[in-house]
Amino acid sequence: MSLLGLTAVEAGKKIKASEVSVEEAVKEALTAIEKKEEKVNSFVTVDREGALKRAKEVQKGIEEGRYQGPLAGVPVAIKDNMCTEGLLTTCSSKILGNFIPTFSSEAVRNLERAGAVILGKTNMDEFAMGSTTETSFFGATKNPWNTEHVPGGSSGGSCAAVAAEECFYALGSDTGGSIRQPSSFCGVTGLKPTYGTVSRYGLIAYGSSLDQIGPVAKDVTDCAVILETIASHDKKDSTSVKREDYDFTSALKDDVKGLKIGIPRDYFGEGLDGDVKEAVLNAAKELEKKGAVLEEFDLSLVEYAIPAYYVIACAEASSNLARFDGVKYGYRTGEYDGLHSMYKKSRSEGFGAEVKRRIMLGSFVLSSGYYDAYYLKALRTKALIKQAFDKAFETYDVILGPAAPTTAPKLGESLSDPIKMYLGDIYTISVNLAGLPGISVPCGLDKKGLPIGVQLIGNCFEEKKIIRAAYAYEQTREFLHCTLAD
Amino acid sequence: MKQYETVIGLEVHVELATKTKIFCGCSTAFGGAPNSHTCPVCTGMPGSLPVLNKKVVEYAVAVGLATNCTITKNCKFDRKNYFYPDNPQNYQISQLYLPICRNGGIEIETEAGGKKTIGIREIHMEEDAGKLVHDEWGENSLVDFNRSGVPLIEIVSEPDMRSAEEVIAYLEKLRMIIQYLGASDCKLQEGSMRADVNLSVREAGAEEFGTRTEMKNLNSFKAISRAIEGERERQIDLIEAGEKVIQETRRWDDEKEYSYAMRSKEDAQDYRYFPEPDLVPVLISDEWLEEIKAAQPEFQSEKMERYQTEFGLPEYDAGIITSNKHLADIFEQTNAICNSPKKVSNWLMVETMRLLKEEDMDVEEIRFSPENLAKLIKLTEEKVINSSVAKEVFEKIFHEDIDPESYVEEKGLKTVSDDGALRSTIEKIVAENPKSVEDYKSGKKKAIGFLVGQTMKAMQGKADPGMVNQILAEILDA
Amino acid sequence: MANVISDETIEYVGILAKLELSSEEKEAAKKDMGEMLDYIDKLNELDTSSVEPMSHVFPVHNVFREDEVTNGDGHEDALKNAPERKEDTFVVPKTIV
Repeated sequence: MSLLGLTAVEAGKKIKASEVSVEEAVKEALTAIEKKEEKVNSFVTVDREGALKRAKEVQKGIEEGRYQGPLAGVPVAIKDNMCTEGLLTTCSSKILGNFIPTFSSEAVRNLERAGAVILGKTNMDEFAMGSTTETSFFGATKNPWNTEHVPGGSSGGSCAAVAAEECFYALGSDTGGSIRQPSSFCGVTGLKPTYGTVSRYGLIAYGSSLDQIGPVAKDVTDCAVILETIASHDKKDSTSVKREDYDFTSALKDDVKGLKIGIPRDYFGEGLDGDVKEAVLNAAKELEKKGAVLEEFDLSLVEYAIPAYYVIACAEASSNLARFDGVKYGYRTGEYDGLHSMYKKSRSEGFGAEVKRRIMLGSFVLSSGYYDAYYLKALRTKALIKQAFDKAFETYDVILGPAAPTTAPKLGESLSDPIKMYLGDIYTISVNLAGLPGISVPCGLDKKGLPIGVQLIGNCFEEKKIIRAAYAYEQTREFLHCTLAD
Repeated sequence: MKQYETVIGLEVHVELATKTKIFCGCSTAFGGAPNSHTCPVCTGMPGSLPVLNKKVVEYAVAVGLATNCTITKNCKFDRKNYFYPDNPQNYQISQLYLPICRNGGIEIETEAGGKKTIGIREIHMEEDAGKLVHDEWGENSLVDFNRSGVPLIEIVSEPDMRSAEEVIAYLEKLRMIIQYLGASDCKLQEGSMRADVNLSVREAGAEEFGTRTEMKNLNSFKAISRAIEGERERQIDLIEAGEKVIQETRRWDDEKEYSYAMRSKEDAQDYRYFPEPDLVPVLISDEWLEEIKAAQPEFQSEKMERYQTEFGLPEYDAGIITSNKHLADIFEQTNAICNSPKKVSNWLMVETMRLLKEEDMDVEEIRFSPENLAKLIKLTEEKVINSSVAKEVFEKIFHEDIDPESYVEEKGLKTVSDDGALRSTIEKIVAENPKSVEDYKSGKKKAIGFLVGQTMKAMQGKADPGMVNQILAEILDA
Repeated sequence: MANVISDETIEYVGILAKLELSSEEKEAAKKDMGEMLDYIDKLNELDTSSVEPMSHVFPVHNVFREDEVTNGDGHEDALKNAPERKEDTFVVPKTIV
């Protein structure tokens, strides 16, 4: 097996033991990228020179004992909506096609403090708006398991890069399922932390009240280690929460005896693919074999999460994306007649169709006369959804369900019917509305050979419970490398 | 012609006296090179996030308490969305749904000498915009974000004012309160206090309000008075002509004394407010409220009381001097040096007020230093100069803040109190004016005044008037 | 479709959002927005009359900075990505006529 077949923690151990140098690890990754990008297109920017230079520094740092953590020297890919100082950050949009940040996002800085080497920036749905990574201005990313299929989205580039073994791990962001759904489609493990756990400083906002950065990796151990590294209480982010503990790796125990797992009936109804259903329920049974207690229940309100989400996320996005106006950074149209013409042409030419669609909807639901009917109604629905989860977590430690109703659709199938595409987020979206942590773990392949993910949802600040359950489940099966992986 | 009543409400923006901006650690100091006081937050860089300056909340609460408002214990920020190049995020972080202070009011004195309460609907916290400089000949405007993110409070009054006089009285009272708190220097000319005037007219006795307009760009009390008069007339003319007043924002041009509509198809004025997701709510506990109350400085009424008991100033004088924080500060600082409260008060009440009136200046524009006034008082007390010379020197201090000691020295203004020199001049004057001497001796004692005057003239005003009188009397009565 | 979006509405939202849509884009936007609003109207099935709108998911409050200057001269960083710059300012089309 190639070096890139290892998990991040395994690679880190080899680097620490001087079996592999940081430079060798980086070079192998760069070679893999060179070989596979044509097929996968998971990267917007590959920082070859920067990564090689950084590799030397980190190698020295490790030898001098400055970097001692498990991720020291391990190459990583970053979703292109996280600012990286001096390195192009585009959000896969034309409007930021030339934007070079002057500071790095806090999550990236936390990785760098731990000795990470950034390989480049991964492709995504434009401004994280989409579920397929097809809305990128830089072309769609393809699913490494079958390049005729999408990798999911919006963190499709990060998940495809991990699955295709172009990097050891990646950071993604999740506003409505954007880490968990593509992780499920690409057969990798992705974790969305409790809102406020990872600083949003430097994350280019889509829906500020929903966005969270999280790890994408080959296994649960990596996810716990990465989360432990990137999570921090950041004074620059007012919504950052000071947590009681950050030792997520202490939950990596193969022990679920007595763990109460709730299985929402509403997650297994109409619209769920048969293969997905079977694989997810089998995963639940594996946990039951290990001593977990399964129980079906009605979560309720599941069908209201998507409309509430689209109102809230689009409203916030319409405001968050107002700053892209051709004045301070990014794309400015070539010809215009006065200020408003400059604004309109820069924005209309700079944003893609899906982004414009959401900005229009968001502007409308906030406009005079509609705020109460749409926006406040959605915030009230959000409160009800939170209450429903609160009630469920009075009884259960963990909620188990699918990450997505289907496996990865074919390229080009989704964008024509937005509502159908939005429905694909039905099992992930309510988790964001309630601010909860969730993880997607590979649990098999469908008949077409495409990966399926099981989602474990925890109560807020209870990542450890889902990490423990996910880890215990993971011990029952082998990691499957995709065909592009070797 | 019908009688009309003017109905006025004000929106007053006040820049708070914090060291840093409302949501980032950039300096609020005036006068830096363009964009030098900026960071990712106040230039709207992608990925940047705001963090609230605690001092802004404390100042806003202090102003709210001093204007009898109810403090909102759980207040939140909202985003106000509109595109303009001085607004880097294309939204302003402000407060709409839960402003920090509500339902207050302050008392003003009306022209008729009565008292009237002007209601304050709310006070909210928000961020200022950057500055646009317009290239006069070219096709461009230039953006400087140094002021972007400077903290403001907006004080929204009820439509309780009926005349320009009431508006000015309200603004002066508000300014006094805020200056006493130290929450802002409230300089209209420099823009640290700005007022937007909402005005409508209605027939006298009518119950319904007329349609109002909002006027912006008012940077002095006089501009405000003129704008109110101008807009009142414009609206009455429209109504008399059978036309309708349109609810709109207008820009006052003080030179042309006319307001212009600021309408444009691109300004929908639909701000799509929604709760700011990047900031968390502010909870103001009773303990915190008590702390802010306890930290409040001495107010006018307390200061006035103290000036009477501690310095023995008459009530009237104490009232005038404390009516403006700047004036009270000058008084206290000067007195701290020379310790003659009555004299300091006299210079401020008489000569300073006279010069302000002559120069058409505001108390805020007083620039001389307390040190120089104290030195002047010392010079008079030590009889180094006489009172008429002192008045002349004070004018120089008032205008140019000169050092009176070196000025008197350079210009040779010291009082001549040398008996010999005075006596010879007086003898000469007496010899030259036999008519006056005769008048005096024949019992017209007032004639001595002319001789004193002639002596002072000959001495170029520098003689000690007491000594001149004494010596003259000695010679004439001999 | 229960929600019919008029040309005027699309025009108006375009002004708010500063987006200029071609005539085809406008037709598509009318259809998309109408369908989305129909879908969103599903929320009306819920009785939320006794529920407070939840803007913040956790009861975190009073996050402040102290009033201390921490930033130095930021003009080079601010202007680094400017599409058009004149000396140390951003250039925009004239805002007053």
